[in-house]
Amino acid sequence: MTAAPLPNCTDLVAAVEAVLFVAGEPITVEAMARVLQISEEQVLTAVGALQQRLDESGSALQVIAIAGGYQLCTRPTVSEFVARLLAREQGKLSRAALETLAIIAYRQPITQPEIEAIRGVACASVLRTLLDRNLICEAGRKSTVGRPILYRTTQSFLHYFALRDLSELPPLDAPTSTPAEDGGA
Amino acid sequence: MNGPASNGTHPRFTLPTFEGPLDLLLQLIRENQVDIYDIPIAEITRQYLERLAQWRALDLTIAGEYLVMAATLLEIKSRMLLPKPATAPEEDEDPRTDLVERLLEYQRYSAALETFREWEAFRQRLFFRAATETIDDYVLPYDACKVRGEDLARILRRLLENAGVDTAEPVSAIVPRQRTNLRMKMAEILRALRGSLHGCTFGELVIGATSRLDVVMAFLALLELLRRGKVKVTQRRSEGPIHLCSVDIGEEPGPAISAELYQ
Repeated sequence: MTAAPLPNCTDLVAAVEAVLFVAGEPITVEAMARVLQISEEQVLTAVGALQQRLDESGSALQVIAIAGGYQLCTRPTVSEFVARLLAREQGKLSRAALETLAIIAYRQPITQPEIEAIRGVACASVLRTLLDRNLICEAGRKSTVGRPILYRTTQSFLHYFALRDLSELPPLDAPTSTPAEDGGA
Repeated sequence: MNGPASNGTHPRFTLPTFEGPLDLLLQLIRENQVDIYDIPIAEITRQYLERLAQWRALDLTIAGEYLVMAATLLEIKSRMLLPKPATAPEEDEDPRTDLVERLLEYQRYSAALETFREWEAFRQRLFFRAATETIDDYVLPYDACKVRGEDLARILRRLLENAGVDTAEPVSAIVPRQRTNLRMKMAEILRALRGSLHGCTFGELVIGATSRLDVVMAFLALLELLRRGKVKVTQRRSEGPIHLCSVDIGEEPGPAISAELYQ
């Protein structure tokens, strides 16, 4: 029954830390369980223990659940210094890109004409940008006239917004309140 | 036009940006503090057209979508002006219904944008490190049957990065369709046959073929060579290997042999 667990709990937490440290991308619980030869429950326990250890020691690192797995990253409190070290301008997505991305995220898989019907504007160039940035990808074709390409969001999309999975998207507001009630500026 | 007033030589304009006609309409509805379910179409249409006229006065190109919406608004307005027949059913459809639904749908997504912006800002304050492995000991971390296209793309990108290839530059190349014509193929076959003392089999001839077309072309070339009497073929049994040899160094041309190929 016991699948050759590691000698003791401390080593297990250290092993999880090591795996997360070198991985360089989100590691799923299944992958960690396979690598460490422990159960998925043990992985979750170890991840929790690692997080607690990092919290208590005042480490600049933290474990976050992101894009379907776990990954080590720096804490927001030190972001200023890291940003200065990297000296790199972090671009933000344009409003058009965000709008399109939001529609795809909620309605995926969705075709370009469907997106354009919601936004009321042409979306070809925005879609190309999102495809180039790997935030969306093609997801087959819709079996309607013209067989238009379907789009869906990618793992990179989840990573871009630090989401664990799509279920973290906030529910869309039911269309009840009117802009007038919201109070115009 | 009531554009921003300025008599200086360098007029300054502050233009609000809109993501499209729906965005502009919602803005007008908000400014006028009217109920989205009961839009005063005449007034909103007037303001909408006024806005387009302002932009045009500023020499801005107005995207076609705005004009389509202007036409839609005018249509709704005219339909609302038509007197209703007295016998009309009670729940005669409001001509504004479709537009209101589109506005609400659009508004739902644009309302979510703020959240996305917050997440984006939050995420940009987190920093991750790249993987430590090298190309040589890189192992696919996925089950072969679970690999998705995007995973492969990511792995490729990483390999290219490790190899010092600039990945910012999109990988693009034009792969030309290989143009082999019959004449080239015939020359190629003859060259191959003349180079070998005892000829070769058809199978050997197409060993380097990269596509179905290549094989078909080789076969057609062979038929043509046969017809011209440049090549002799023998096949001991049906479905057996087709043996070819060049007639130049062999015997007399035998025109009837090609029949064997069609067995």
